[in-house]
Amino acid sequence: MLKAILARVRQGHRTMRYPDLPPPAMSSRFRGRPRIDPSRCPDGCRACVDACPTDAIRIEDIPRVDLGRCLFCTDCLDACPEGAIGHSPDHRLATRGREELVVAEGEELVLAGALDARLRRLFGRSLQLRQVSAGGCNACEADVNVLGTIGWDLGRFGIRLVASPRHADGLLITGCVTENMRDALVETYAAVAPPKIVIAVGACAISGGPFFTNPQQLGGAGGILPIDLHIPGCPPHPLTILDGLLRLLGRMEGD
Amino acid sequence: MSETPRPLAELRNGTAIPRTAVPSLPPEEFRRRVVESIQSGWRLVSYFGGQGSPENPDASVELVAVLADDFEGRLVVAATTLTGPQPRSPSITPDATQAHLFEREIAEQFGVRFDGHPWPKPVRFAEPFSRSLAKEARATPAPRVGITEFFRMEGEEIHEVAVGPVHAGVIEPGHFRFQCHGEHVFHLEISLGYQHRGVEEAARGGPTKLTLHQIETAAGDTTSGHAFAYCQNLEALAGVTPPPRAQALRGIALELERLANHSGDLGALAGDVGYLPTASFCGRLRGDFLNATAAICGNRFGRSLFVPGGMRFDLSATEAADLREGLATAGEELAAAIDLLWRSPSVMARFEGTGALRPDDCLDLGLVGVAARACGVERDVRQDHPTGIYQFAHIPVAVAHGGDVLSRAFVRSLEIKRSLEFIRERLGGLPEGGVGDRLGIDRLAPDRIAVSLVEGWRGEVCHVATTDARGRFARYKLTDPSFHNWLGLAIAMREQQISDFPLLNKSFNLSYSGHDL
Repeated sequence: MLKAILARVRQGHRTMRYPDLPPPAMSSRFRGRPRIDPSRCPDGCRACVDACPTDAIRIEDIPRVDLGRCLFCTDCLDACPEGAIGHSPDHRLATRGREELVVAEGEELVLAGALDARLRRLFGRSLQLRQVSAGGCNACEADVNVLGTIGWDLGRFGIRLVASPRHADGLLITGCVTENMRDALVETYAAVAPPKIVIAVGACAISGGPFFTNPQQLGGAGGILPIDLHIPGCPPHPLTILDGLLRLLGRMEGD
Repeated sequence: MSETPRPLAELRNGTAIPRTAVPSLPPEEFRRRVVESIQSGWRLVSYFGGQGSPENPDASVELVAVLADDFEGRLVVAATTLTGPQPRSPSITPDATQAHLFEREIAEQFGVRFDGHPWPKPVRFAEPFSRSLAKEARATPAPRVGITEFFRMEGEEIHEVAVGPVHAGVIEPGHFRFQCHGEHVFHLEISLGYQHRGVEEAARGGPTKLTLHQIETAAGDTTSGHAFAYCQNLEALAGVTPPPRAQALRGIALELERLANHSGDLGALAGDVGYLPTASFCGRLRGDFLNATAAICGNRFGRSLFVPGGMRFDLSATEAADLREGLATAGEELAAAIDLLWRSPSVMARFEGTGALRPDDCLDLGLVGVAARACGVERDVRQDHPTGIYQFAHIPVAVAHGGDVLSRAFVRSLEIKRSLEFIRERLGGLPEGGVGDRLGIDRLAPDRIAVSLVEGWRGEVCHVATTDARGRFARYKLTDPSFHNWLGLAIAMREQQISDFPLLNKSFNLSYSGHDL
């Protein structure tokens, strides 16, 4: 017992003060939103488009990146003959709508706004979520779980991951939604009492991620359930997930 | 007088040989040779089907078995060809239990009937490869996930508990059926397939620009393990060796993945017996190791760190020193957090003797990794079939002898110490030079077979690649350690209390996605 107390003293208080204070420093190599400098694109160049494994880049007049498809990998950076692509260090990536994830250079990413007043009154200070992994690789799941550890302490925001859809106000979905999980996901959603919300975490849940062409999956949850919050990444950093959840609850206003 | 049998094709880990070097044996001889090898101590590391064979492209299915002699560090490959519209073969399983799931998988993917298989059930409830051919071969309609004939006990007061696919925690889906009398579990059957995304089928005809990313996410917590195995295969097929600095960084990445997962597991084990100090400390420290991987490549799981030909990221001298210092602190804090476990009688009472597997069962089932080493079976790719940096820097194999939850926890704690030591040494003197250039995906030699084994944090990750005449993948076979080990969990659960299931499950901590692919 004394050993345990001593260890507790040595380990110290570890819960971060975010969002009241700035978040802990990220890796200097953190890979946020890909930024393509269109002024350096040679005429007719499609190197990034061709290199992108998930067809996340389209060139209309200038390149547009679909963050819902993006794996935040390095394939476009390595393919660009001009070195005109880099990653933003900004962890904030979550949006309410699917189409808001498609952004061109020079456009602001429209970060997620809060739920309407009625839902905010219900969930703003107490949100219970049932997590469903439907073809997730266990990376998104792991970084959702991290939010429950002492450093992040999700509970201080009134957000909890609960054991049953019957206890939940909504679903947090990871994975590309395999054919083999379709029914279970739909039934789990049906078991949540309305009003309810759905959060899609990770490239798979938003678009199918690296599996988007495989016939064994549905390309994310959007085709079968209404999504209220999209959190892109492969997997999204815990800070990106937390930022998205807090924005949805209207607790990041003024940022 | 018996003839000297034809020698099987031999190769080393991380190399490729021509497919023509692999003798195609008659099915009965193939069966006999594989069984004899296993009975004399060889281990079935991979066993899979593929359509056609180089010698006989019209054949319906070619079966390939890869066997390992872990004591001598040898790998051999045997093959056979099944012809006709309804391919069938005598089952290996009655004589070698470790083939059981491989044969079920081949049956599901290629419509092969294994005569005498004791338990011919679906593995992933998946459509067969090459739907048109296999639909004819298949006698029954497409399976629906979770719908199968479960093993059942009958009797007064015997009851069945069904759990999943959606569980209580933040965890992947699977279905578990317990046959119980009160708290007492007689039998557990585990039915998976919910995470099936078609990784192997999508790899055929590749590599494409998606292949590496699908491999990295085959089991997301083993990104480095699977990416390492994949890159090693591509390099063998292209005849390229990554530079020494890249090899050292690969070792660091693989051991960081082990540290993150082992520390997380020890914390979760503590949490499952209600011992919160270690649960809290380890939960945080796990993040330090994930952040160390992010310090190298910007992603906590090591995505885009491994590329065929080398590594995508390098460390400067300052970054290496910072990482070394950070890991030393995390290592000390972790050691203190783990030490509390062994000093708490309430923890030891729950760990000790719970879910003990016998070494014989471990060997019969062909278990790998932490689960095998906790049964006293000294089995570790880093020692038995070393490649890259592991040829030059040896990590002593961690073993324990109880086969129980305590042993599985203790093996993890030993491996944490040794991985930290290994990384400290590597970071203290990284080889000079570059980290390699990324290989083009069109550089693979045609008509080859390559085998790549990597000791991931759960155990042996095995990838086998065969290429066709154009140098594209004819077959890409992945075997996550979970594939071998899920039945080990089911057997360990016998005669236990059902309330100990979460603890036992966590002590194996197997991958659903890695199994389901």
